[in-house]
Amino acid sequence: MFYREAGDFKTSYTDDSQTFPIRFDRYRYYAVLVAAFAVVPVVIDDYWVNAVFLPFLIYAIAAIGLNILVGYCGQVSLGTGGFMAVGAYAVYKLMTAFPEVSIFFHVILAGGITAAVCVLFGLPSLRIKGFYLAVATLAAQFFLVWLFNRVPWFYNYSASGQISAPERTIAGVPVTGAETAPWAAYLFCLVFVTASALIARNLTRGMAGRKWMAIRDMDIAAEIIGVNPLKAKLSAFAVSGFFVGISGALFFAVYLGAVEVGEAFGINKSFLVLFMVIIGGLGSIFGSFAGAAFLVLLPVLLKNVLVGTLGWPTDLAAHLELIIVGSLIIVFLVAEPHGLAQLWRVAKEKLRLWPFPY
Amino acid sequence: MPEQLIWGMEVFLNGLMSGVLYALVALGFVLIFKASGIFNFAQGVLALFAAMTLVGIMDGQVPFSNLINAVFGTEIYSFGWHVPALAAILLTMVVMVALAWAVNYFIFRHLVGQEPIILFMATIGLAYFLEGFGDIMWGADIKNLDVGLPQGINATIDEVTYNIFGYGFFIDNLDLWATAVAALLVIALVIFAQYSKHGRAMRAVADDHQAALSVGVSLNFIWVMVWSLAGFVALVAGIMWGTKSGVQFSLSLIALKALPVLMLGGFTSIPGAIVGGLIIGVGEKLFEFSVGPMVGGATENWFAYVLALIFLVFRPQGLFGEKIIERV
Repeated sequence: MFYREAGDFKTSYTDDSQTFPIRFDRYRYYAVLVAAFAVVPVVIDDYWVNAVFLPFLIYAIAAIGLNILVGYCGQVSLGTGGFMAVGAYAVYKLMTAFPEVSIFFHVILAGGITAAVCVLFGLPSLRIKGFYLAVATLAAQFFLVWLFNRVPWFYNYSASGQISAPERTIAGVPVTGAETAPWAAYLFCLVFVTASALIARNLTRGMAGRKWMAIRDMDIAAEIIGVNPLKAKLSAFAVSGFFVGISGALFFAVYLGAVEVGEAFGINKSFLVLFMVIIGGLGSIFGSFAGAAFLVLLPVLLKNVLVGTLGWPTDLAAHLELIIVGSLIIVFLVAEPHGLAQLWRVAKEKLRLWPFPY
Repeated sequence: MPEQLIWGMEVFLNGLMSGVLYALVALGFVLIFKASGIFNFAQGVLALFAAMTLVGIMDGQVPFSNLINAVFGTEIYSFGWHVPALAAILLTMVVMVALAWAVNYFIFRHLVGQEPIILFMATIGLAYFLEGFGDIMWGADIKNLDVGLPQGINATIDEVTYNIFGYGFFIDNLDLWATAVAALLVIALVIFAQYSKHGRAMRAVADDHQAALSVGVSLNFIWVMVWSLAGFVALVAGIMWGTKSGVQFSLSLIALKALPVLMLGGFTSIPGAIVGGLIIGVGEKLFEFSVGPMVGGATENWFAYVLALIFLVFRPQGLFGEKIIERV
C-alpha cells in the first residue's frame, strides 16, 4: 500500500533521477522536513534540545561523514575524534580572529580546514590497507589531540587550556554562547544536517559515489576499470573530513560551549561515531541518522529507567550501558550485518505489499 | 663520558624494558590473528579483566556485589578470605578459559567466513562489553595487585653502572622480571606451536581452516584453545602492568599502544611482535628524552603511531609480515 511505484509514471529524466523516486517516499520526506523545521522548534524545551536533539543532529553529521569514508569508500578510520577536534579548534580560531564574519561561514570554513587535514592523514591510505590503515588513523587521533593540548596558540593562550565559544548571532539571534535559546541552537544545527544529508545523498548516487564504492569493493579491480584510486580515496577523505569537521565545530560551538580536547574528542568519540555507522548500516545515509539516534537515545533512556525509576547508582548504570552497547554491536553484527538501515529496507518492502502480500 | 649520553643509555635500557611489556600485549594479538584471522581489539580489555579477576579472587571479593547491593539493598562486599597468589592465578585461568569458550560459542562461531573488518568490529563490541562487565563484576575502583613480584630499583645494576660510569642506572626489578617472563613465554609459545600436536593443528587452521577441517582438526576446539592462550598471555600482561601501575581502566589503553607494535612487526609474526615492541619502547622513550622537552612533552601519546605510520608507508606489511600479494 505504501511505497508503491505503480501508477507513478516518470515522463522526464529529471523525474527519473530525483532523490526520492517513489511518490510516497517523497511526501514522507517533505513531512519530516516540515515537522523538523516548523513543529519541533515550537514545542521543544531546554532539556530535550540538550539531551536529545542537539547531540543527535551533530552526531548524525559526523556519522554521515564517517559513513562516506567507511561505508562507501571502505577506508576504516579510527581518527574521527581527532578530526572533530580539528573542526572545533578551527571554528574557535576563526570565531575569535574574525568576529565580524557570520558564524555560518566559520562553520563551513572549519569543515574545509578539517577536509584538508583529513586528506593529509589520508595520504598513507594509498599504500596501506585494511587494518593497517585503521591503526594508522589512530596516529591522527592521538597526534591531533596532543597538538591541541600542547600548542597554546590553538587555545589562544587561555590559562585553563580550554576553549570556550564566545556569543555569536545570526540575524540578531544568538546561536552560540550562554544566551542561546534552545530553538535557535536546534534550528542552526538542523540547517547543517539537512544540507549535509542532501549533499551526501547526491554525492553517493553520482559518479563520485560509484567510484568510492568501486574502490571499496576491490581497489585493484577499480583501478583497472579506470577509477583513479588517488582521486577517489582522497576525495572520500576530503568529503568525510568536511562533514566531520562541521560536526566537530557544532559540537563545540553550539552544543558544549566549552571544550577540553582530551575529554571531548578522545578516542572514545571515534569509536562512538564508528558504532553509529555500524549499527545504523554501512553505506546508507538513512543508517547514519538511525545509528546516531539509537546511540544518543539509548544512554538517555537507560539513565532515566535505571537511575530515575529504579534508583540505581549512576556508575552502575554507566557500566550497564557499556555492556548493552557492546552486546548490541555484536548482536547486530551476527544477526543483521547491514544494520538498522537494512531493517528499514525490509520494512519498506513489507509495507509496499501490505495488506495484500500476494 | 658526557652526561647526556649516559642518561641516553639509561633511557634506552628503560625503553627496552617497557618495549617488552608492549610486546607481551602484542603477543596476544598475534596469536589470535594467526589462528583465526581475527584482529582482536579486546586484547587490552582482556588483560584488564584478567588482572581484575585476579585481584578480586585474591581479596575474596564477591562478584557483582555492587549490582546485588543495588538490586536487593544488601551490603555485601567480601567473603572475608584471602586466596594465595598461585591458587588465584590458576582460578583466574579457569575464568579466562570459560571466557574463551563463551566468546567462541556466542560470537565468533556465528561469524565464520565474514569479512575481517566485521570480525574486528565484533571484537570492539566485545571490548566494550568486557569493560562494563568487569566493572560491574569487580567494581571500577583502582586496585593494587601484589602477587609477590619484587619491585623497586635493582641494586646490582645500580652498583655496577655506578662503578663504570659514576652514575647508577635506575632499572626496576619488576621490568627485569617482566623481561624474563616474556622471554620464557615466547620460547614456550614457539615450542608449543612448532612441536606439539595442538600447536600444529593451530597452525594448520591458521593456514587454511577448511583444509584443516577436512583432515579432522576440530575448529571449535582450536579456537577456544587459541582464545584461552590469548587469555593466558593477557593474564601475564595484566599481572605485569597491574603490579606496575595498579589495576585500573588505563590498563586497557595499553592495547592501543600494542597496535603500532603489531604494525611494525607485522600482524602474523611472533618474533615481529617482540622486535616491534622493543623498537617502539626504545623509540618513544628516546624521542621523549631528546625531542620531548622542546615540544612540550607527553610525546609518548602519539610517537608510536606516527613512527609506525611512516614505517608502513615504506613497508606496508610490517617488518616480518607476509608479503601482500593482491590479485583481481
